[in-house]
Amino acid sequence: MSHELETASRPETLRRVAIDPVSRVEGHGKVTILLDENNKIHQVRLHIVEFRGFERFIQGRPYWEVPVMVQRLCGICPVSHHLAASKALDVMLGIRQITPTAEKVRRLMHYGQMLQSHALHFFHLSSPDLLFGFDSEVALRNIVGVAAAHPEIARKGVLLRKFGQEVIHMTAGKRVHGTGAVPGGVNKSLAAADRAALLKDVYQMVAWSREAVQISKQLHTATPALYDVFGNFRSNFMSIVAPDGGMDFYHGALRARDADGRLLFDQVNYQGYNDLIEEEVRPWSYMKFPFLRSLGKEDGWYRVGPLARVQNCDQISSPLADGERKEFVAYGKGQPIHATLAYHWARMIEMLYAAETIKELLHDDDIEGSDLMVTGTRQPGEEAEGVGVIEAPRGTLFHHYRVGEDDLVTMANLIVSTTHNNQAMNTAVREVAKKYLTGREITEGLLNHIEIAIRAFDPCLSCATHALGRMPLEVAIVGADGTLIDEVTRDHRGLTRALA
Amino acid sequence: MTAPTLVFGWGNPSRGDDALGPLFVERFEALAAIHPEWGEVECLTDFQLQVEHALDLQGRRRVLFADASLDAPPPCSLVRIVAARDASFTTHAMSPQAVLKVYADIENGEPPPCWLLAIRGERFELGEGLGEAARGNLAAALEAAAHWIEEVPER
Repeated sequence: MSHELETASRPETLRRVAIDPVSRVEGHGKVTILLDENNKIHQVRLHIVEFRGFERFIQGRPYWEVPVMVQRLCGICPVSHHLAASKALDVMLGIRQITPTAEKVRRLMHYGQMLQSHALHFFHLSSPDLLFGFDSEVALRNIVGVAAAHPEIARKGVLLRKFGQEVIHMTAGKRVHGTGAVPGGVNKSLAAADRAALLKDVYQMVAWSREAVQISKQLHTATPALYDVFGNFRSNFMSIVAPDGGMDFYHGALRARDADGRLLFDQVNYQGYNDLIEEEVRPWSYMKFPFLRSLGKEDGWYRVGPLARVQNCDQISSPLADGERKEFVAYGKGQPIHATLAYHWARMIEMLYAAETIKELLHDDDIEGSDLMVTGTRQPGEEAEGVGVIEAPRGTLFHHYRVGEDDLVTMANLIVSTTHNNQAMNTAVREVAKKYLTGREITEGLLNHIEIAIRAFDPCLSCATHALGRMPLEVAIVGADGTLIDEVTRDHRGLTRALA
Repeated sequence: MTAPTLVFGWGNPSRGDDALGPLFVERFEALAAIHPEWGEVECLTDFQLQVEHALDLQGRRRVLFADASLDAPPPCSLVRIVAARDASFTTHAMSPQAVLKVYADIENGEPPPCWLLAIRGERFELGEGLGEAARGNLAAALEAAAHWIEEVPER
């Protein structure tokens, strides 16, 4: 697991291609590629060009505000932050177990989030690449292109997404910035009318999720020469798993496997995550590079998210998704699947698991219960501390807080899913650049291959800044002497122009 | 019963001038409460504009989208928009024109008449409040919206 192509030996002699920012991912990402005069690639980097400032945003706030305010860190998965913070503060308050109703309402909220996020990614963010092909016309490669060519697929994606949002709305109390989870439990259970409304639609959501697994599986198995090879590289995998080794998005303990699928550690309490994981800072990116301490920087990086979770667990508790998991694992013929595009297939298995779990929770009367909160005894000492971990749509999410005697947060450390995947995304980009770009003239279609590799991770590079006109895509080719050779810009209206 | 008029703003309230969209909606909702002659108005906000918001357009007779903008001339611009197959090559967020196109495709029909109120913003950093210039732009945007709702008939 080398860092080949991370740093060129004489970058001043090379020409630079920048993809800035990467489209259809959240936040500000930039890819730079250094090429020589023969278009041989010497260096490829995925940079994060915006400092997030999450921790500074949280420090100094009263702890009880945190579960609500952290939702503003991310416009894509606010529920994940909301629940990870609530779980961390449960621990800080000495609460070992919340009530059955509180846990099931939190789970319902979270599985609704997983469903809507995975539906958006597959049906609208990545399906244009998958349905139209990697070199297709730019204007087709977006949600509107899918809607025009495949209206039924687009419609199902919209309705799956809407259903997940409704689950969140009904459990969190509001469409955005909900206050459903609080340290110690939840503010409300599910109303009977809301439960009935969701039950009416959930069977259709399970059926559509099954169809989505079939589409993603067929795409993969019908074109193995592409799907098995594109961005394929070996890595470790990490996720939380349930006590029985099953898949669980809401709670569990840490498990990691090596690239051959052997357990590196299992059932490790995440309160001690600092003993397992270290974060390396590199001068060319604002995003850190986490790695497993036991394996060191070179070999200890890992992947999180659907590809890791589906292969890390021993089983899935819902029958349809578990059947699909078994097929997925069998496709690897005894070895873990490392292909980047297999993220899409794994993601749809997870969406099916989420839909089935929502159905199961809606049939559980605890979901309407009235026992919502427990209290605990706050940890003694000047500072109380807690870590909350959850499997967010993109992977494992850590929230770690220390709170002073005045109830203000003194320390916050967040490791978000995309940070865990930082090295893996860089490696994926390098593998794709090496295979598809070396020795060829750089075209927009070829650059899209780079973006496809990044999009497979569904990265959330920053959070929720999106003002109109803010995010053009810029590709600049700079000669060895620093002069601009060519520049192409496309903006939110899809315009493309050459300025050279 | 679906309210014939929808006012929809989006943005992150904790990212400086990105709060303009949701703040506009909050203030406009207060104004609508004291202007019964405007008819029934539903006011919605979200972090970002996404595909499912096409469903919020169902049964409307007029829609006003509101967002912070780096492109709009200060204090704001108000323009009629139509469905467009744009690239929306931004992030997970879509343009309102693309949302209208999703509506047209999945509903197999024309979306209701829609306008975009783009309110000039300057700074979008996490943890910042609304800037001084943005406050003035917000006041002007509310005036523009009041004219809009009085002059644009419910179809």
